[in-house]
Amino acid sequence: MSPSEHLDGNRLLSRLLGPEEPEVTCEECFEHIDRYIDFELAGGDADSAIPGLRPHLEGCPTCHEDYDSLRAFLGEER
Amino acid sequence: MTIDVALASTFGANPASDVAIDIESHTWLRRLHADGPERDQALSELRELLLRAARFEVHRRRTGMPHLRGNDYDDLAQHSADDALVAILGKLDSYRGESRFTTWAYKFALLEAAVKLRCRAWQGQEIPRDTEHWSLIADQRPTPDQDAQTAELLRAVSAAIEQELTAHQRKVLVALTLNNVPIDVLAGRQNTTRGALYKTLHDARRKLRNCLSARGLRIGHFGQSEIL
Repeated sequence: MSPSEHLDGNRLLSRLLGPEEPEVTCEECFEHIDRYIDFELAGGDADSAIPGLRPHLEGCPTCHEDYDSLRAFLGEER
Repeated sequence: MTIDVALASTFGANPASDVAIDIESHTWLRRLHADGPERDQALSELRELLLRAARFEVHRRRTGMPHLRGNDYDDLAQHSADDALVAILGKLDSYRGESRFTTWAYKFALLEAAVKLRCRAWQGQEIPRDTEHWSLIADQRPTPDQDAQTAELLRAVSAAIEQELTAHQRKVLVALTLNNVPIDVLAGRQNTTRGALYKTLHDARRKLRNCLSARGLRIGHFGQSEIL
C-alpha cells in the first residue's frame, strides 16, 4: 500500500477523479481484454477496436494489474 | 490463415459476427468438443497451459508476499489452474474467436491466481477507515513540482468528498483510490460484486467532476489541472 501523501498532486487528482472519457465496466473489461491485447501485440489500433477499455484501465487499478499480467505473460510466451 | 466463421459457429462462435477464427484456436475448439481420448488429451494440455500462466502470476507477485512458503505458492497455482479450467469449460460457448483461444484461456488462469493472491495479501488485514487518508488531501501545500492550481483543485476535491458524496461513496472512493485496496478484495468484504463497486466509484467520481465544473474548475487528462 502506498498512502496518498506520497503521491504528487496531479497523480492524486487523477486517481480520485478517474478518466474523463466514457469507459467500459470491470466485467466488459474482462470480456474484451484478451482481444484488446491481441490487437496490441499485432500492432493494431486496440483503442479504436475497443473504445472505453483504455480509460477503464486508467481508472481501475485492479483491472490494470490484470491487464499487465496478461500482457507480460503473452510477451514471454510469444 | 483463417477458417470461416460458418465453421466456427459449429463450436458456438457468434454467427452474427464476421470474426474468422485462426486454425490453432479452431483446433482447440474442435478437440474440446470431441469425445473420448481426444477431448481428454486436449483437457490435459489446456490444464498444463493454465498452470503455466498461474505459476507465472504467482511468481510475479511472490516478492510482495514473504509469509507464503514454496508449497503454498504451488498449491495456489494448481488451484487457480483447476478453477480456470472449470470456468473455461463453462464459458466455452461464449468464446467468439475474437482473440486467440490461448489468450482467451490464459486470462482466466491469471485472474484466478491474481484474485487468490490479492485475497491472501489482505487476509487478516482490516480495510483502512475512510477518515485515515482522505482528509490529508486538504493539507496538500504547493511544492516546487506542484503548482498552485493543483493545490486549489485538491482542496476543492477534498471539500467535495466531504460534502457531496454519500458515506458509502466516500468509503469506496478512499479505499480503492487512496488506500489501494484491490476492488475484488473490497467486494468480498462488502459482500458485493466488482462491477457494483466500480459503479459506485464511477458515480462518486462523476459527482466530484460535476462539483469542480460548477466551481469553474476543470481537470484535464491524466490529472493535468486547468482552471477555466
